[in-house]
Amino acid sequence: MRVLVTGATSLLGQTVARQLIERGTDVAVLQRGPSGLDAKEHLGDITDPAVVARAVTGADAVVHVAARVAVVGPWKDFQRINVNGTRIVLEAARAAGASRFVQVSSPSVAHSGMSLVGASAAPADPGGARGHYARSKALAEQAVLAAPDMAVLAVRPHLVWGPGDTQLIGRIVERARRGRLAVVGSGMALIDTTYIDNAADAIIAALDKAPDLSGRALVISNGEPRPVRELFDRIATAAAVESSRLKVPAAVAWLGGALAERVWNCTGRTGDPPMTSFMAEQLSTAHWFDQRETRQLLGWTPAVPLDEGFRRLTAWYQADC
Amino acid sequence: MSPAPGAATSPAAASVPPDKLPGLAPAWSRLVTAGGHGFHLLDNGIKDASVTLVCVHGNPTWSYSWRSVISAAPPGVRVIAVDQLEMGFSERTGTTRRLGQRVADLGTVIDALDITGPIITVGHDWGGAISLGWAVENVHRLAGVVLVNTAVHQPEGARAPLLIRMVRPFISWICVRLPLFLWGTTVLARPPLRKALRNAYFAPYRTAQRRAAIGDFVADIPLEAEHPSYDDLTAIARGLERLAEVPVLLLWGPEDPVFSDLYLRDLKARLPHADVHRFIGAGHLVVEDADIAGTIHRWVEVDPSPPTPAPGGRSPLWAALDARAADDAVAITEASYGGNRSMSFAELATAVRHVAAGMAAHGIAKGDRVALLVPPGIDLTIALYACWRRGAVVVLADAGLGPRGLTRAMASASPQYVIGIPRALAAARALRWPGERISVTTLSTLHNRTLGVATSLPALRAIGQGSPLPDPPVDDAAAAVVFTSGSTGPAKGVAYRHHQLQAQRDALMAAYGITGADRLVAAFGPFALYGPAMGITSMVPDMDVTSPGTLSATALVDAVSAIDATLVFASPAALTSIAATADALSSAAYQALKGVRMLLSAGAPVHPDVLRNARTLMPGAEAHTPYGMTEVLPVADITLEGIEAAGNGNGVCVGFPVAGVTVRISPLDRGGEASDELTDNPGVTGEILIRAPHMKETYDSLWATQQAAATPPGWHRSGDVGHFDDQGRLWVEGRMADIVTTAEGPVTPVGIEHAIESLPGIAQAAVVGVGPPGTQQSVAILRPTDPPRRPRLASVDRTDAVRAVAGVPVAAVLEVPRVPVDRRHNAKIHRGQLADWAEGALAGGRMSSP
Repeated sequence: MRVLVTGATSLLGQTVARQLIERGTDVAVLQRGPSGLDAKEHLGDITDPAVVARAVTGADAVVHVAARVAVVGPWKDFQRINVNGTRIVLEAARAAGASRFVQVSSPSVAHSGMSLVGASAAPADPGGARGHYARSKALAEQAVLAAPDMAVLAVRPHLVWGPGDTQLIGRIVERARRGRLAVVGSGMALIDTTYIDNAADAIIAALDKAPDLSGRALVISNGEPRPVRELFDRIATAAAVESSRLKVPAAVAWLGGALAERVWNCTGRTGDPPMTSFMAEQLSTAHWFDQRETRQLLGWTPAVPLDEGFRRLTAWYQADC
Repeated sequence: MSPAPGAATSPAAASVPPDKLPGLAPAWSRLVTAGGHGFHLLDNGIKDASVTLVCVHGNPTWSYSWRSVISAAPPGVRVIAVDQLEMGFSERTGTTRRLGQRVADLGTVIDALDITGPIITVGHDWGGAISLGWAVENVHRLAGVVLVNTAVHQPEGARAPLLIRMVRPFISWICVRLPLFLWGTTVLARPPLRKALRNAYFAPYRTAQRRAAIGDFVADIPLEAEHPSYDDLTAIARGLERLAEVPVLLLWGPEDPVFSDLYLRDLKARLPHADVHRFIGAGHLVVEDADIAGTIHRWVEVDPSPPTPAPGGRSPLWAALDARAADDAVAITEASYGGNRSMSFAELATAVRHVAAGMAAHGIAKGDRVALLVPPGIDLTIALYACWRRGAVVVLADAGLGPRGLTRAMASASPQYVIGIPRALAAARALRWPGERISVTTLSTLHNRTLGVATSLPALRAIGQGSPLPDPPVDDAAAAVVFTSGSTGPAKGVAYRHHQLQAQRDALMAAYGITGADRLVAAFGPFALYGPAMGITSMVPDMDVTSPGTLSATALVDAVSAIDATLVFASPAALTSIAATADALSSAAYQALKGVRMLLSAGAPVHPDVLRNARTLMPGAEAHTPYGMTEVLPVADITLEGIEAAGNGNGVCVGFPVAGVTVRISPLDRGGEASDELTDNPGVTGEILIRAPHMKETYDSLWATQQAAATPPGWHRSGDVGHFDDQGRLWVEGRMADIVTTAEGPVTPVGIEHAIESLPGIAQAAVVGVGPPGTQQSVAILRPTDPPRRPRLASVDRTDAVRAVAGVPVAAVLEVPRVPVDRRHNAKIHRGQLADWAEGALAGGRMSSP
């Protein structure tokens, strides 16, 4: 079986591709820059139908990881890459005769900002999703799950992290280093996260089980929620930086975040603002998930517990710096 | 006479309710013509039903109140709920219908419905009286009668007639022109009704014209013999004797300002064979407040189990007193201000006989309930044994329940008599506890009048000297209603028969090798009462038994030396307090304590250190702690050495079951529910089930609770969760309600808490679950020895240490200023309350303290 993995320079895309290669799967990858993987490599943008058509030729399955992941930025960017890009990959896969399509999605596609306590995977809801990223991913997921002729499956890993992660770990460490990491609210909100290897394992399990589970959306996590404050402390400790002593009331953070978003959007700044209203919600409300169905359907359990994940993160920072 | 209703009524045909009323399926609605009038009724339309429930609503509700009885109906059960004429969506005939007419209407509509098979009538409020009116005339068709907050008679002392008389002149305004009565009824729901439900109750009564019958109904309540409906109601009340062979279920919301417990008591007296369930906290609209539907269907399903006859072969509770009736040895000593007061066996035996005879002469009948609100000591002992000898049923509730808890207990047990000390009688008066009041001591006339006291113990004793001793009760007779401590929800009344108490006395004597040579100091309520039954000298030390921490070492030593005690029974709190005040002891005092051969800690879980410390004071004593509950005690027993030998494990080791007691485990499934299977295999965790001759008879006026607890029949489901080890010792892992149901399976708290408490700097630990059942996360909540001022996350180091010893995944480790515990023992953690708090805190809610 040949599998096309998009977005293979991202931590998750890269790990999925590598694990597939390691188990002997014939892997092709599609991303803008070189992946460094021992795979058939296609360079280019997923919004370019010609590139995508070439990349998907001969593929039996697609794991679509590539996406624009950011907390700010204009809607049209998210729409172009996450919504239209996904449609292009989906259509090309169908045209090329691929039989399976695994969409890497996000729990935020069904998250309206309330606390999620032991929640199960609700249907994607572009109308209720918070922020451009979540809305675009919700539209993309809907498009995938409605696609005919293929076994289609959406997996929604929650807060993927691991050594080399720039999205979550990188941001937290960077802020902590600058003394600007703030705990929003009490810091007690329980948050589920997913160690990178587990997320990749789950995606590969989804690829294997896609024919039986077509049309489903499954949330993926380590199933070990932790208070957000504890997560910050452990990440900072792993990176040997001082953890946060700043505390911001949730309401203040939300208001500040909402303001920052306006300013960033109006001024066209591309860097991360110190806070967005979405981040404030994410950091001050619980979100953890009922993993029973996911594990049972995928026949998968996380191989790397959080403790081991933090050990590996510590080792990586020690080797890296 | 009855005032005319306020508003003119004009005819209107029956109609169907509007769509989309919550919980109501339009398919249930039928319009039926009977006796020339149009009825709206709900009917699930089951064909060839095994039984048909005919439900009759009260005033000012309509058939809507029975919707859950319909939706919860098991296969084969037909449920019909009729809107009475002029009410709900039935026809407005333009006439006033009185009780007799309404009973006739019900008969007409039942006849029109072609009901095959037996009928169970179900009635709420005045619908109860109407349904009974039909029932007593159709006993041959009846399979049962269910009554919910209703009446057939105005019992003496009821406030309702007063209320009704007060509103009568204003009926038109209150009931008809304005929907005040309707509004008032719906706001009686506890908790308050959702708006959509309130609107549904209002739906058929939108205009004054449609409400006319609400006023007629109130006007039709017969309070005086001249009332046109008086004779009809009286006839129904009299007719109840025809229901002697018909199963009856009385369901009650006690927080009802109109149909108070007095009405329940009246009905119980008329239908003594009835099953009764009082839904504690529920009110008049109990159909909305509690699971009436589930309870009714369960009751319909369950075959009444025949009462098990007394096994016999045991001696009466007063046998030892009779045997020592000529013995001048001290039976009981009590500490009091002017020095110790004692009574010999001969004196006690005489006093008990005289008071028993006096009770009979005064009119206290066999089976009457007598609440004893007297602290342990000579007076309580006399009153208790006299009641038993008379055949009266003693009601015992711990003053530790507090005024609110005691009021609930008294309302629930509904005693005919209260024997109390002045303080208790004052509370009885102020809080309107039921029962004729009897003072323990002779009071002044003025005092008697102020407290509403009818007689006194000395007076009964005096009458009894010249009265014949009544026949003793049989072993099968009811003997006691004892209230639980209420540390796990509202206190429940636990009913015992004589043979069960005899068995309890014998079990205690056997378990602790008690002989006539023993002398008992009991600083723990229940045991203090059994001295005379065991035929041994006993003494209650100078303490407030409701507050076990108040026992000082000096008081204990005084008691021990006063009777040369060989047995000391005390609560862990009392033992801790003794150890704390030990420095004040003289060497003579130490000498006195050397004669104690057995030390027993009971009432709450005890830490081995408490036993160890107490035993340094009583070096000759074997230290024991029994496991048991108000429903069955003792269940198991363990010594201090046994606890030490058992070591650490998952839970608290409570030892081996005592002789005569069978313990089994009902294994938990993955969702934390106990199954029906029973096992004694080691290592299997589940609910602890107990069977013993000294087990309770039933929960009092809690039919559904008893059903749930006595499953399978003959067993008592303790609500505790635990397991046997491979040596056959029983370990208690917590309460069933405290099980954390994780995705990996059920987790019990106690063993983990003990492991965490072994870490340095932690005074107390509680393990609770957050999240939806079945996928919960365990959370450890700590009270450090140096507690924080506000709740906070534990440090990373402490979190790691807790996770390392917990043995199960722990999502979060929190530190709090205090852990809520029960007031009585200061030991049982309110894990439910903590879990609710943690759920909020860990969801990212605003921070409060638990």
